Amino acid sequence: MQKIGVFVCHCGTNIAATVDVKAVAEALGREPSVVVSQDYTYMCSESGQNLIKDSIRDYGLTGVVICSCSPRMHEATFRRAAAQAGLNPYMVEIANIREQCSWIHKDKAEATEKAIILGRAAIAKVQHNTPLIAGESSVTKRALVIGGGIAGIQTALDIAEAGFPVDIVEQKPTIGGKMAQLDKTFPTLDCSACILTPKMVDCAQNENIKIYSYSEVESVSGFVGNFTVKIRRKARYVDEVKCTGCGLCTEKCPVKKVPNEFNLGMDNRRAIYIPFAQAVPKIAVIDPDWCNMLKNGKCGVCSKVCTAGAIDYKQKDTVIEEHYGAIVAATGFEISDVSRYDEYAYSQSKDVITSLEFERLTNAAGPTGGTLLRPSDGKHPHTIVFIQCVGSRCTPDKGKPYCSGICCMYTAKHAMLTREKYPDTEVYVFYIDVRTPGKNFDEFYRRAVEEFGVHYIKGAVGKVSPRADGTLDVQASDLIMNEQLHISADLVVLAAAIEPSKTARSLATMLTASMDTNDFFTEAHPKLRPVESPTAGIFLSGVCQGPKDIPSTVSQASACAAKVVGLLIKNKLTGNPCVAHSDELMCNGCSNCANVCPYGAITYSDKEFRMPDRTTKTRRVAWVNPAVCQGCGACTVACPSGAMDLSGFSNSQIMAEVDAICK
Amino acid sequence: MRYNEIAAAMIARAKELLSDGTVNRVIGWKRGEFCYDVTPAVFETAEELEKDFVYDAFCGANVSKYLIRESEKPGKILCFLKPCDTFSFNQLLTEHRIRRENVHVIGIPCEGMADMRRIRKAGIDGVTGIREEDGGFTVETLYGEERISVYDALAERCLSCKSKRHVVYDELIGEEGEDHPDAPRFEQVAKLEEMTAEERFAFWRGELSRCIRCNACRNVCPACICENCVFDNPDSGISQKAAADTFEENMYHIIRAFHVAGRCTDCGECSRVCPENIPLHLLNRKFIKDIDELYGVYRAGEKADARNPLVDFTEADAEARVVHERGKA
Repeated sequence: MQKIGVFVCHCGTNIAATVDVKAVAEALGREPSVVVSQDYTYMCSESGQNLIKDSIRDYGLTGVVICSCSPRMHEATFRRAAAQAGLNPYMVEIANIREQCSWIHKDKAEATEKAIILGRAAIAKVQHNTPLIAGESSVTKRALVIGGGIAGIQTALDIAEAGFPVDIVEQKPTIGGKMAQLDKTFPTLDCSACILTPKMVDCAQNENIKIYSYSEVESVSGFVGNFTVKIRRKARYVDEVKCTGCGLCTEKCPVKKVPNEFNLGMDNRRAIYIPFAQAVPKIAVIDPDWCNMLKNGKCGVCSKVCTAGAIDYKQKDTVIEEHYGAIVAATGFEISDVSRYDEYAYSQSKDVITSLEFERLTNAAGPTGGTLLRPSDGKHPHTIVFIQCVGSRCTPDKGKPYCSGICCMYTAKHAMLTREKYPDTEVYVFYIDVRTPGKNFDEFYRRAVEEFGVHYIKGAVGKVSPRADGTLDVQASDLIMNEQLHISADLVVLAAAIEPSKTARSLATMLTASMDTNDFFTEAHPKLRPVESPTAGIFLSGVCQGPKDIPSTVSQASACAAKVVGLLIKNKLTGNPCVAHSDELMCNGCSNCANVCPYGAITYSDKEFRMPDRTTKTRRVAWVNPAVCQGCGACTVACPSGAMDLSGFSNSQIMAEVDAICK
Repeated sequence: MRYNEIAAAMIARAKELLSDGTVNRVIGWKRGEFCYDVTPAVFETAEELEKDFVYDAFCGANVSKYLIRESEKPGKILCFLKPCDTFSFNQLLTEHRIRRENVHVIGIPCEGMADMRRIRKAGIDGVTGIREEDGGFTVETLYGEERISVYDALAERCLSCKSKRHVVYDELIGEEGEDHPDAPRFEQVAKLEEMTAEERFAFWRGELSRCIRCNACRNVCPACICENCVFDNPDSGISQKAAADTFEENMYHIIRAFHVAGRCTDCGECSRVCPENIPLHLLNRKFIKDIDELYGVYRAGEKADARNPLVDFTEADAEARVVHERGKA
């Protein structure tokens, strides 16, 4: 027979205003096995905790029920208090009468009744609780950063600086990400490459950092502190050790018409290439879709000119296996497809471009050498129209429901730089709102309007029509002046919505990390744990968690690194004793549990059993690795015979709770 | 092929395999007190085969489940599987319940199995034998011979036969048949879905309240293969044998339908053995229909290494929200 103590918290007025806490304490005091039932203003305060501890000692309590806020808030606090008074911490149950009761009800009688029912369910559960003891697991002191953009670079650098080895996996042949493609960065207008490339070089030179470029994560298994990751290193057809990055092969390669993805297809590269001059690692890569030697065995020019003998046409993908204690998702973003908004004529005219293409057109390393020229005829544009929110802030059927967060600022930058460099150019910006919440951001935007004379027009562009004379007719409405406009533009720039990398969802599945409906990774808590995934040991850095600009990305990346270091510095992790276990006598060996286990915690083996008739029988039975099991309970519901059960949330405990609620 | 020809070929082949030592036992069917009272049986000698082995339109029983225990015994057993039985056999292989190396599978043709209830309904009594003739059945009775059409004589599960193709076998007797993926298996389920929730509840109360809890449906079901069934396990909390309340039997069938969901091959044995003639297969077919609609067409047992959609995840799976919305209808 248990001796249960019930403690009802007022949470100031948070609970007490809507729930009659005295009535709850009194009603629960009459439940079987309850020997003491009290209420108190703040149960989580020191005196509240002392009340619990004293009661455990005075009444010899074997179980404790606390009616308070969500267990996510203070379960750990109350378990610790119980442990200090000598009670096994897993004999404590929380009835959530705040988030799930007082905060959502208005009627006091109703809320009080519900609080009593929730308390009863917790009491019913405690009747079936047994003391549990947590195990320990080790921590592999190495981190994996998936994605080598500015987010991944910053996180990796900070982890490495703290003294831990860290690997970066980047799917492109070089790290650098989107930031490497930008020209200038707001609000200070420093050159993007000038501030990024030193960090890229730092990564390459830091002895704690290993870069797996042109590689992809293939599978992830294990759990916090002990992940095993398979990384596919795609064949570059160039020996990474031998290649010196001299670039001779990229000059001699006869295949000259390969669209250059770094310049968004606005110029060409060779079939063997180095993405850009400051690439890290600066190693050539052969594009197997274009290389004549790989396609039909005829050519071999690069191999002949390479003095280092680095070309290897027979290279194959290799898969390496590494162990990590923590994994950081830093998969970044892509520009969404704007051709679906055909009213802007992106697919009809070369002179309708995205903002990222505009960046390349103004970049000294870009297709025009930094001179702003129209893609169609290479002439200088005299009238430029920028259109904001293309695909952002839409209804979900039309585009992205969210604000991409960076477009207002980079458009102000584009407009300002254009006016500065080409004062004869008229620049129009059509916007819904101008959003400039960062430090020095609004000042920056106002300079564009006030000092540089950019025409900001609140209103939407209805249609862009290419005309025979090569200009673009931009038909728009000015909401403030309440008039229809027709602007004859030479260039139209679309602030396209950004979206999470296409690879993010499959990665999230591998990591068992959750995502929102827009495929952004979800944080463990949107305010209080913004750089951690709800899955232990998985951390989030940069735009993969939500749209953000470079300053925010770098801050988040460093915050993420701090969390990773906080994990890696531990020698032991206390496990969760609430793990599944299989009753071998009932197990059918059907593999349903292993099929649904997201952590690969369940294995099968043939075991010999002594049967009641004294014969021996070999049966296939499941075994749960308690260090790998995360206690999600998927196996317990998939098991047809009920052989699988979860400590702390056993079938009998849950049924007792349901019975208590339905009584 | 006619049943008597198939039976002769089966006995001949079984004798060969017994005599050359490939197998030491044969599982097939044996006549009971009445000709339509056929039960699965294990034969060990040629003499036993000669004496008792039958295969005719009353051999509806699915022998797959017996192979769980039989395949654990020493030596190899020969089993004869009708096309629909092979689905159950495969499903049991998926769940590691049959030791494949201890079983020699011969796929046999099936022309559809007769349903004694329907024959009686057609006014034919005192049945002593059945044979196919002229595209229908000739039923031998105490009172002489009677004719009955295939449509009136066959079990419902055979009228909506899902496959005459064997999905697993070591050898075949006769020609391989065709798959019927579009068999009209869900017509009755669709009718139930059209009812209001109240009508449907009344329908199932009417059917399930006849249950006498004999457990025949569970015992025959090739998906009910637990070492220790929850209904026999006092720790499960649902093991009551006697009716605790008026909903007890209803609950039993609901729980059983959930337990076999995604694993049921729609063999229809539950309905065949029910002494109260409850259309239990409709519960399972509702699950199959839902799974097909939500997660793509899936036939349990069709492939031995398949993962049933309820214990698998693909990115194309219907969102939980969709499942929830449908549940309200």
